[in-house]
Amino acid sequence: MTQEPILKARGLTKRYGKVIALNDCDFDLYPGEILAVIGDNGAGKSTLIKAISGAVVPDEGQIWLEGREVSFKTPIEARAAGIETVYQTLAMSPALSIADNMFMGRELRKPGIMGTLFRQLDRPRMEKFAREKLNELGLMTIQNINQAVETLSGGQRQGVAVARAAAFGSKVVILDEPTAALGVKESRRVLELIRDVKNRGIPIILISHNMPHVFEIADRIHIHRLGRRLCVIRPQDYTMSDAVAFMTGARLPEGVTEAA
Amino acid sequence: MSNDAKSVSSAYEAGLKGAAETVAEFHEEQGALKKLQHWLHQTPSAVPMIVLVVSVIVFGLLADNFFKATTLSTILQQIAIVGILGCAQTIVILTAGIDLSVGAIAVFSSVLMGQMTFRYGIPAPAAIAIGLALGSAMGALNGFLIARLKLPPFIVTLGTWQILLASNFIYSRNETIRSSDIAEKAPALQFWGQAIQPGGVKVLYAVFLMIALVAIMAYVLRNTAWGRHVYATGDDPDAAELAGVPTKRVLIQVYALAGLFCAIAGWVMIGRFGSVSPTASTGQLGNIQSITAVVIGGISLFGGRGSILGMFFGALIVGVFEMGLRLVGTDPQWTFFLIGVLIIFAVAVDQWIRKVSA
Repeated sequence: MTQEPILKARGLTKRYGKVIALNDCDFDLYPGEILAVIGDNGAGKSTLIKAISGAVVPDEGQIWLEGREVSFKTPIEARAAGIETVYQTLAMSPALSIADNMFMGRELRKPGIMGTLFRQLDRPRMEKFAREKLNELGLMTIQNINQAVETLSGGQRQGVAVARAAAFGSKVVILDEPTAALGVKESRRVLELIRDVKNRGIPIILISHNMPHVFEIADRIHIHRLGRRLCVIRPQDYTMSDAVAFMTGARLPEGVTEAA
Repeated sequence: MSNDAKSVSSAYEAGLKGAAETVAEFHEEQGALKKLQHWLHQTPSAVPMIVLVVSVIVFGLLADNFFKATTLSTILQQIAIVGILGCAQTIVILTAGIDLSVGAIAVFSSVLMGQMTFRYGIPAPAAIAIGLALGSAMGALNGFLIARLKLPPFIVTLGTWQILLASNFIYSRNETIRSSDIAEKAPALQFWGQAIQPGGVKVLYAVFLMIALVAIMAYVLRNTAWGRHVYATGDDPDAAELAGVPTKRVLIQVYALAGLFCAIAGWVMIGRFGSVSPTASTGQLGNIQSITAVVIGGISLFGGRGSILGMFFGALIVGVFEMGLRLVGTDPQWTFFLIGVLIIFAVAVDQWIRKVSA
């Protein structure tokens, strides 16, 4: 690839006591692509993602976003820089409405004195925006934007979380196991959602254990092993069993020598 | 090889063909009970409102003079302090916490206001401001211990309840400031005890203050970002944190604001009782009464659900029961008996409403 990565990391290291979760790890995400990150349990995928999304501060290493070096101390800083994360737990308040959840932490206030002095929320504007975003991603079946999130099905909740990330994630959207808790049909719907987000030009980092899903929608696959990037493959060039062999260490990809 | 992968992934979903394509559809709930459950889910203050209306009607039928304006104004007067303490308790319980120190903060603040004036000769308005500030500081201390040191709210406020009540006795040397002295030297302390009398019915300023505070907090909780953050913090603190809510700061602010409300209640106590007394029963009973109002008001002890309007109805229900049973002439113990039943009923309803999604 001749293009510059939109998100680049070099030499990321994170230790928890004696455990090395990230060991001199590199990472590249190119504009407009879906990059899947796969790896066995304990390989350090989630630490890598947390380091990128600001939830974990790496001990060593650097991260560049669009060529500029960044160092996030909190997820909120990463968000402000345009990196949105959909956590496996979805990070939504079940008792609050869809609109409330979409704008949690970045609420819109009414213009004029009602907003500045009385701090009144601009509900009509937030509801309109939320409805538009859900419509854009084909989630029109959600009728009532004011219904509590806990009354939605798992797939709908995931849809709202993805819509929230896509609405605000101007540079990168990170999806952590978006289909893990879903049924077959709902997974399909979420995969389509991910494609829709990609088609709107936002690059996506997808963490998943589901090989068929990864091979179906990823442009490139980052295989993580023992705290570092083992290799990056294109799904056209390998089979799922190859990928599983690489990530479990049963086989080594050509041109790679196991360092650890 | 790519074809292998693609064919495998499409093959395992081939069975989907012919399955219903709809994913996210909403079915109209069929049963009346289900509808009721959904309605209550969206309108959490409906249950206490219904109980209130029913109890008013029942007592109106049982006791001849229940529907007199003086009776109703007396009820409001009786619940003024509990209602203000209830505002404090409501915001704390919405964050899935509990504040056992509300009564102690109220009494200590009222003693501080009185002593500032009578021991140090500070003008009453300044003494009131100091009392309100110190009450907020006591609340903020609770918040700091809970948010920063991550101690359970029950334990923290159980501790500060004892600490503040003891400090209150030690500092005041157990002295009561007499009502006549206050009226003479610092009438501002008794401000909320004044009343308007339209048509001979006495309505205390304190009643208007309570209603104003409930209205303001209803607005803040419903229509500001901060209010939504209070709900989100109580609902699921981890989710709120990840969504960008500064949950620790919200918690400290909530407990500090609760402290301010308690200090306001302390000021109102001086107006209601006339004197400043460190042994006022609010110090021991205030927390239980405010928690009762909150729970009967349908606010979930697990946080994130309910409305402050419910607390107001809850406080009114307690007031109506006390007054109504007294007018009917029963043993006053029946009041506590029935309130106990109501508390259990309210929590049972809350549990049922929470299952709405299942």
